[in-house]
Amino acid sequence: MSTASAPALRFNDLTLGYDRHPAVHHLDGAVATGSLTAIVGPNGAGKSTLFKGIVGMIRPLAGRIERNGVDVREIAYLPQIAEIDRSFPINVYDMVAMGLWRSAGLLGGIGRAARRKVEEAIAAVGLTGFEERPISTLSGGQMQRTLFARLLLQDARLIVLDEPFTAVDAKTAADLFDLVQRWHRESRTILASLHDLELVRSRFPEALLLARQPVAWGPTSAVLTAENLMKARLMCEAFDEHADACAA
Amino acid sequence: MLYDSLIAPFAEFEFMRRALVGTMALALGAGPVGVFLMLRRMSLVGDAMAHAILPGAAIGFLVSGLDLFAMTAGGLIAGFVVALASGLVARATEIKEDASLATFYLMSLALGVTIVSLKGSNLDLLHVLFGTVLALDDRTLLLIAAITTLSLIAMALIYRPLVLECVDPGFLRSVSRAGAPAHLTFLVLVVMNLVGGFHALGTLLAVGIMVLPAAIGRFWARDITLMIVIAVASGSFAGYAGLLVSFHTGVPSGPAIILVAAVLYALSVVFGRVGGLARQAFPGRHLEA
Repeated sequence: MSTASAPALRFNDLTLGYDRHPAVHHLDGAVATGSLTAIVGPNGAGKSTLFKGIVGMIRPLAGRIERNGVDVREIAYLPQIAEIDRSFPINVYDMVAMGLWRSAGLLGGIGRAARRKVEEAIAAVGLTGFEERPISTLSGGQMQRTLFARLLLQDARLIVLDEPFTAVDAKTAADLFDLVQRWHRESRTILASLHDLELVRSRFPEALLLARQPVAWGPTSAVLTAENLMKARLMCEAFDEHADACAA
Repeated sequence: MLYDSLIAPFAEFEFMRRALVGTMALALGAGPVGVFLMLRRMSLVGDAMAHAILPGAAIGFLVSGLDLFAMTAGGLIAGFVVALASGLVARATEIKEDASLATFYLMSLALGVTIVSLKGSNLDLLHVLFGTVLALDDRTLLLIAAITTLSLIAMALIYRPLVLECVDPGFLRSVSRAGAPAHLTFLVLVVMNLVGGFHALGTLLAVGIMVLPAAIGRFWARDITLMIVIAVASGSFAGYAGLLVSFHTGVPSGPAIILVAAVLYALSVVFGRVGGLARQAFPGRHLEA
C-alpha cells in the first residue's frame, strides 16, 4: 500500500479528454511524494483537465492514474473560481466549514474542537471578522482566501490547485503562497497550475510543461527554457473535429 | 369584531380547521423544497412537474373515481416517469433539459385534461385542476402530513450535499459521491410535495405554495436558513389569510391562497430588505466603511 518513498501520483500513458477528443495525450511520469510542482502551459493545454482526472471527476479515455492507495475523495482540490455560484446565500464561515466534510460528512456535528479549527483556518488566511459575510459580498481575493481556508481544513496529503493566483492582487498572492510553502514544509504533495512564469521560476522546484502532450517535466530551470516554451506554443494546435482515431 | 372575522371561521367550522391544518402542513413541506428549487434556478421545473402529474392523477380518477390512493399513486408515477424520461431524452439527444421537460409536460397536460373529460364532468375537471382545500378528509390530511414529515426528514439528510451542489459542484464531486443521489432524492421530494399539494390546491396551484414563498424569502434573507424560515412562515400565512378571504368573499379558496402569496411577493419586490426596489431607489446615506 502507501509508503513514504513511493510517488504520490503516477501517470501511465494517460489520455484524458471529452467526447473522445484528447485534452491530455499520452502522459507518462510520476509526482514524487512531498514535491511542489507547477503545471505550466498555454490556455487549452489540458491543465484543468489533468486536475479533473487526478481528483476523479473525469475518467481516463486511455491509460491510468495511480494514486498510491489514496482515495480520490482524500485529495484537496481547488477548482477555478469561475465554477462557483457566488450568488448563493452562504457565509464565509459555512463555506470554510465545508472543508470538514471528511470528518463531518452528511450529518456529523461540528463540535467545539472543529469550530476552533474553522476559526484558526479563517485567521490563517487573514479573514477574521468576515465570518458572517455572505460570499456574494467578497472581492475576488477574499473569495480565494476563503477557498484556501477550506483547503487548510481538508488537511490532505495531496493538494491540487487550479490557477490559485489568477485574478488576485500581489499581496493576496504572496499571502496565499505562504500557505503553499507551509504545506510544502509539512511534506504534503502539491500540484498547481500557473501562468506567472517568474513565480514558477523563483518558487517552484519542479515543473511540468504541458501542451496536451507533455513537453518537458523535471527541475524548473531545465523545463522552462525558451526552446521548450516555443515548442509548447506550436504544439497546442487546434481541436480537429474530424481527427482520426489515435493509433498510439 | 376582530375575533369574528379572523378567528371565528376556524373556531366554528371544522372544514375550515382542516383546510388550515392542511395548508400549513403543505407550506411546511414545500417551503424548503421551493427554496432549493429557486436557488438551483429550477423554479419552472417545479411548474412543469406540476403539470406532468395531471395525466397520472387523471388515470387514477378514471379507474376509481375520486379515490385518494389511486389518484396519488397515479400522480407520483406520472411525475417520476416525466422527470426520468425528459432527463433521458435531454442526455441522449441534442434537445436541452428545459425544452425536453416542456415537451413532456405539454403532452402530459393535454393528455390529463382529455382523460378527465372522457369520464367526468366539468366539476371533476375543476377539482383536479384547482383542488378542494375545503373538503379535506382524514385520509387526505394524513397523506399531506405524511408527505411533509417524510420531506422534512429527507431534506435534513440531503441538506449538505444539496447546498454544496448549488454553490460549488466541483468541490462536492471531489469529496463525495453524494451529489447525484441527493439530486435524485430532491426531484422525488418535488414530485411528492406537488402530489400532496394537488389534493388541496389542484395540480396548477400546488406549485404556487412551493415557488412563491421561496421567492418571498429571497427578498428578506441573505442566509439560506432564514430564507427557509421565511418561506415556511409566508406560505403558512398565505394559507390562513387566503382561507379567510375565501370564507368572507366566497371566492374559491385555492386561488385565494395563492393570490395572497402573490400579494406578499409583490410587497416583497417593492419593500424587500435584500434587493427590493424601494431599497435600491432610497438606499440611505452611504456608510463609513
